[in-house]
Amino acid sequence: MKPRTLFDKIWDSHVVTSRPGHPDVLYIDKHFIHEVTSPQAFAGLRRRGLPVFRTNRTVATADHNVPTKDQHLPIKDALSRMQVETLTKNCADFGIELYGLGHPYQGIVHVIGPELGITQPGMTIVCGDSHTSTHGAFGTIAFGIGTSEVEQVLATQCILQYKPKRMKIEVNGTLGKGVTSKDIILYIISKISAGGATGYFVEYAGSAIRSLSMEARMTICNMSIEMGARGGLIAPDQTTFEYLKGRPFAPQGEAWEKALAYWQTLYTDEEAEFDRVLTFDAADIEPMITYGTNPGMGIKITDRIPTANELADTSELPSFRKSLEYMGLREGAPIKGQPVDYVFIGSCTNSRIEDLRQVAAFVKGKKKAPHVEVWVIPGSQQVRKQAQAEGLDRIFAEAGFEMRGAGCSACLGMNEDKIPPGKYCISTSNRNFEGRQGPGARTFLASPLSAAAAAITGSVTDVREML
Amino acid sequence: MQKFTTLISTAVPLAVENIDTDQIIPARFLKATTREGFGENLFRDWRYNPDGSPKPDFVLNNPQYKGEILVTGKNFGCGSSREHAAWAIADYGFRVVVSSFFADIFKNNALNNGILPVVVSDAFLKKLFAAIESHPQTQIEVNLEQQTITLLEDGSQESFDINPYKKTCLINGYDDIDYLLSLKAEIEAFENGRLTGQV
Repeated sequence: MKPRTLFDKIWDSHVVTSRPGHPDVLYIDKHFIHEVTSPQAFAGLRRRGLPVFRTNRTVATADHNVPTKDQHLPIKDALSRMQVETLTKNCADFGIELYGLGHPYQGIVHVIGPELGITQPGMTIVCGDSHTSTHGAFGTIAFGIGTSEVEQVLATQCILQYKPKRMKIEVNGTLGKGVTSKDIILYIISKISAGGATGYFVEYAGSAIRSLSMEARMTICNMSIEMGARGGLIAPDQTTFEYLKGRPFAPQGEAWEKALAYWQTLYTDEEAEFDRVLTFDAADIEPMITYGTNPGMGIKITDRIPTANELADTSELPSFRKSLEYMGLREGAPIKGQPVDYVFIGSCTNSRIEDLRQVAAFVKGKKKAPHVEVWVIPGSQQVRKQAQAEGLDRIFAEAGFEMRGAGCSACLGMNEDKIPPGKYCISTSNRNFEGRQGPGARTFLASPLSAAAAAITGSVTDVREML
Repeated sequence: MQKFTTLISTAVPLAVENIDTDQIIPARFLKATTREGFGENLFRDWRYNPDGSPKPDFVLNNPQYKGEILVTGKNFGCGSSREHAAWAIADYGFRVVVSSFFADIFKNNALNNGILPVVVSDAFLKKLFAAIESHPQTQIEVNLEQQTITLLEDGSQESFDINPYKKTCLINGYDDIDYLLSLKAEIEAFENGRLTGQV
C-alpha cells in the first residue's frame, strides 16, 4: 500500500462517499457545540422538521457568553442570557448532552473535550469555532466550521469537504529555559504569516514537539488556524495515551486495549509525501510576543519592532502602518519595557491546569505591579477545582492576581470581561486583532510565563531574566 | 439559498489586507439567535465612532462608493469561523467579494450563503482598486457560468476558479444540506460498516 500521512489515514477512513465533481462526504465522530454558533442551526432543523441524526455524537457547553464572576447568578446581559437559555432549550428539545453553566464539566469547549476524554486519537471532530484545531493534539482531524455546517452535522453527522493539502512542520532540538510551546507556535506563525498555511492541514513533528506534554501540544494545534491552516495534528504517542487513561469518557478495560491497538497505528508512514515541509530549530526560538494586529506580526521579546524598510513585501505597508497606529507603537522601537495595563491568562490556548501551575510556580512569593490588573481565567470548572485543590488560588491571591470562573472571558470581547479602549493587555490568548479584546483594546500575545513576568514588572519583560 | 448567475455592479474598494472576521462583525454583536440584521454592524468599529456617529473616512460611509461587489485585500475573512461575517456581508447587500485570496472557513461560509468569493491575481486586484478609486462609477461584471470577472470600462478580464459542485449549488440555489440528506442511506451503511475501535 502507498505510504500515507497520518492525516490521510484518518481522512480516508471517514469518507462516506466521494463522487466525481463533488467534495468528499466526511463522517464526523464528535461534534461540539456552544451557544454562539448553534442557535441558527437548530432553527434550521426546526424549519425543515428534522431531528438530530446522532444525538450521542454531539456535546454542548456554554463558554463564549458566560460571565466569569458570580456564575451562580442569572446572566446580567439580556442578549447573552437569552443565547445561553436558547442553547439549554435546544439541547433539551433535541436530546443533546449539555454541560451548561453550573455543571461541574462546564468550560471552554476546547478545554473540556480533551480533559473529559471525549477527544480521542483517530477521530474527526468539528465545532462552530475556529479553534477546534486544538483537538488535533490527540491525532485527530479537527477543524472549525460555520453555522450552516453545524446544521448539516446535526442533521446528517456528515460534512462536505475538499481534501486540503498536507504540510509538515518539524521542530527539532531542545527548547531553551523560559521558552514554551506558545513561543513555538508564535515563532512559526511569525515565519510563515497569518495566511501562510491557508489550504493546508498541518502535521507537527520533530523532537521538540514530541517532548511536549499534551497541554503544550494543544497550545500549538490551537493556533494552527492563525496561520490559515484548516487544522493541525500531532501523532499520538505514549504521552497521549497516558493523558487519556482513566478520563471520564475514555474507553475502559477491554475497550481501552482495543482502542489503544488502533491508536498505535496512527502515525505518518516513513515514505509518505507532504505537499510542503518546513523545518525549524528549537534553539532559535526565544520568548515571543506580537506587536501588531494579526498573529503573524510576532517578534522575539528581545527584538525591535520592524521598520517599514524591513518588510519583505511592500504591498503590506499600508496594513503595517494601520496596525502600528492602532497599537500606538513606533516602527523600529524595542518592545521590551513597553508598559502594560492588563494581563489576561486564559482562553482555549492557555488556560489548562499546566498553564496555571507554571504561572503559579513563577509568581509564588512575588507581587503584581500596582498599576496592572491581572485576570486568571481557568479553562473549565475542573481546572478551577484542581487549581484550588493544589492551592494555586492562594498563590494567585497573594500575588494580586484575580482568579475567576471558567469561560472564554477576555479573549474575544463578547462577555463582560473586556479590555478598555487604548489599554495594553498582554494576553495568553490567540488573537490580537483590532478590538478583539474589546473596542480599542491593544493586545500583545505571549506565553503564560511572559504574561506572568509582565504582571510582576508592569511591562513587557524577558522572563528568562527572572528565572 | 439565493441563486447567483451574473452580476453587473459598481464596487466598494476596501484596500486592507488580512481583514479578520472580528473586523467584519465584532463578537459583541454575535448575540442574536437569528440570521437577520447583522448588516447594520458590518465593519462596526471601522464604520462608526464609539458614540455611534459614522466615521467619514471609512469607505462604506463615502457616498461615492456603492454597489453589490466588495473588493478587498488578500487573506480576507481570516480568524474566527463565525458565519455571522457572511450573514453581515449578505445582509448589507453584497453578493460578491473579490480578493487575491480568502481564508478557508470564510470562503465556505460565503458560498453557503449565496455570496460568491472571487479570487483574482494580485495584478488584477491592483487594477480593480485603481479603476474603482479613480472612477467610482466603474461597472464590473461577474459571470459565474463563464467564471469571469470583467472591468467593463476597458474590457480587461480575468477568469476565476470555483469548484464545480459549489458552482452548481450557487447557480441553482441548492443548499449542501439537501445533498447530504439525499445520502442518508449511504451514511447509515457507512456507520454499520465501520470496524475501527472508535466510539
